[in-house]
Amino acid sequence: MKVKCIIPAILAFAMCLSLISCGSGAKETTSSGGETVTVGLLHSLTGSMAISEEAVRDAEVLAINEINAAGGVNGAQIVYVEEDGASEPSTFATKAEKLIDENKVKTVFGCWTSSSRKAVKSIFEEYGNLLWYPVQYEGMESSSNIVYTGAAPNQQIVPAIEYLVNQGYTKFFLMGSDYVFPRTANEIINAQLADAGAEVVGEEYADMNQTDFSSIIAKIEASGCDVIVNTLNGTGNVSFFKQIAEKNYTAEDYMTMSFSIAEEEVTTIGADILKGHMVSWNYYETTDTAANEAFVTAYKEAYGENRVTSDPVEAAYDAVYLWKAACEVAGSFEPEDVIAAMESTEISYEAPEGTITIDGESHHCYKKVRIGVVNDGGLIDEIYATPDAVKPDPYLTSYGWAAEVQPLS
Amino acid sequence: MSEWITLIFNGLSLSSIILLTSLGLAITFGLMRVINMAHGEFLMIGAYMTYVIQELFKTYLPHSVLGLYYPCALVVSFGITFLLGCALEKAVISRLYGREIDSLLATWGISLIFQQAARSIFGTQGVNVTAPDYLSGGLTVGACTFSYNRLFIILLVLVCLVLVWLMMYRSNFGKQMNAVMQNRPMAQCMGINSRKIDCMTFGLGSALAGVAGCSLALLGSIDSTIGQNYIVQCFITVVLGGVGNLIGSVVGSGIVGGSTIFVQHYTSSMIANAVVLLIIILFLQKKPQGLFALKSRQLDE
Repeated sequence: MKVKCIIPAILAFAMCLSLISCGSGAKETTSSGGETVTVGLLHSLTGSMAISEEAVRDAEVLAINEINAAGGVNGAQIVYVEEDGASEPSTFATKAEKLIDENKVKTVFGCWTSSSRKAVKSIFEEYGNLLWYPVQYEGMESSSNIVYTGAAPNQQIVPAIEYLVNQGYTKFFLMGSDYVFPRTANEIINAQLADAGAEVVGEEYADMNQTDFSSIIAKIEASGCDVIVNTLNGTGNVSFFKQIAEKNYTAEDYMTMSFSIAEEEVTTIGADILKGHMVSWNYYETTDTAANEAFVTAYKEAYGENRVTSDPVEAAYDAVYLWKAACEVAGSFEPEDVIAAMESTEISYEAPEGTITIDGESHHCYKKVRIGVVNDGGLIDEIYATPDAVKPDPYLTSYGWAAEVQPLS
Repeated sequence: MSEWITLIFNGLSLSSIILLTSLGLAITFGLMRVINMAHGEFLMIGAYMTYVIQELFKTYLPHSVLGLYYPCALVVSFGITFLLGCALEKAVISRLYGREIDSLLATWGISLIFQQAARSIFGTQGVNVTAPDYLSGGLTVGACTFSYNRLFIILLVLVCLVLVWLMMYRSNFGKQMNAVMQNRPMAQCMGINSRKIDCMTFGLGSALAGVAGCSLALLGSIDSTIGQNYIVQCFITVVLGGVGNLIGSVVGSGIVGGSTIFVQHYTSSMIANAVVLLIIILFLQKKPQGLFALKSRQLDE
């Protein structure tokens, strides 16, 4: 009986110790540099989304370290508290509340999936705190307590489809994973193509874990399409592209336009299979700006030569700098002051992708759109870019054809 | 016409993948009655072994023999998963015979350990295997293209089936195995070392999963969750076919694979998943013992 009591006691003691050491870890950095400001990082470090979110988190840490080395924000060094969302929207919600309520963070950089963002949205609104969301998404949302540094649909999907139509593609096959982003994206694409007079010859959704794409490929063959619009996410892309390659098809037989394949995914799937296929983003590792050269060098120096930068990674890096710029304009770290500053003045930053500016009205960013083609080396070459940064329009209100895809209010 | 040929080939191909992944489970669950939740992780280990062998070939051997990595990986996967299966049986499963719910929990825990180990060793990012030259691309006949690796998987499953059949019904080991599974005390009285047979049988089931994992590596990316994607389907196949019967698993996988492809062709893959499960539920209502029920005089059947 005694032994049985001792084990839990030891466990409890060990847990206390680890908790204390966690707490002191954060404090140590506090005591080192005079005035400090605490921010939160909230990404999945475990679970299925960790693959993507770790790179984003690394970019945020890189930006924080750079800013601290250059003297901090408003004279204060940034201290970050990190929490793991574990790829589970409900965990994101509890951790977000913990960061705001317990750690008293002034802002949070976090989330990747739309479901995790939607899970924390009301918490940030309730506490009046501020979330920086770094990933392109399906749009139809805006919150005064979130800044979206990735693309809205009119900064990724709409221009890509426009480009395809201009290139003379007329028969589109829409294929995606079965969740909110592909479904909404395809609703938008359907409306846009109907307006442009092009034809949608098929629309298919695959389970997130699906590994057999033979049926979908058979349907693609039967449809006679000339381009596939691909919104698959995660491992589905590997299976799909492997299985289309094993039927001897290349980009010349079936061109694809993908919205979830960036440099990182190209490395996993293999450049030999993906070369010649199109993607649409705001940024590529090859983007030719001085700021990007410095960013790519710094990222590789910090995390290894074989790491690649990608659109979400860059958008996450920008988010930290945009927050810094907003704090400097506001002269304060308080979320309400920062939000007020964003809404009254144009906050912009010389990002690796070019100048990006926060649109005070929608809390999204003005961004350039770039269509790219995967090259032999696994990087993406830009083949078309919009001349100017495109104004974000998350609800697509400036497009006549988008009237019927508005969300229910 | 070519549409029908493609449809039939796809059905055959999916059935063969399902059969290959569930053949091992047909032995560990079907014959030994161990609810082996770690079966999927043996698939994962097989798939990762393929990746490891590929990388070793790339690093240490000249480029000209790179293509040989795949047959080599098949053998190594078989060996490694066999040894792991034997070790698992000795360490854990052997203490849980007759306690099916406990074995479910224990093997589920083991599957979590394997998954976490894979994440620690290989990282969370999926890894990828490049098919050797002779398995990449496809054979085009008229308007149909049959991919070489799917043809290979069909061949592989046939070879595995023949070998398993020979071993189970034509070898001394097979006779001893059947004797132990059907009537353990009587087999023991006949001088059969039932502990050794248990261990070997479980190892064999695991090794078949390892080989299946090798073939899965050709179809998609490999990550720590790959086993989880297949485990439910494997159980469904074995239960549908009738526990304790290899022919049942063959027919079961044919039904699951064929109907999935057929329903997918006329609807969508999401609906197909639901429809196939519905068919199986209705079927098991009528025949709870599965397609090929084992006729036995034992009272507990």
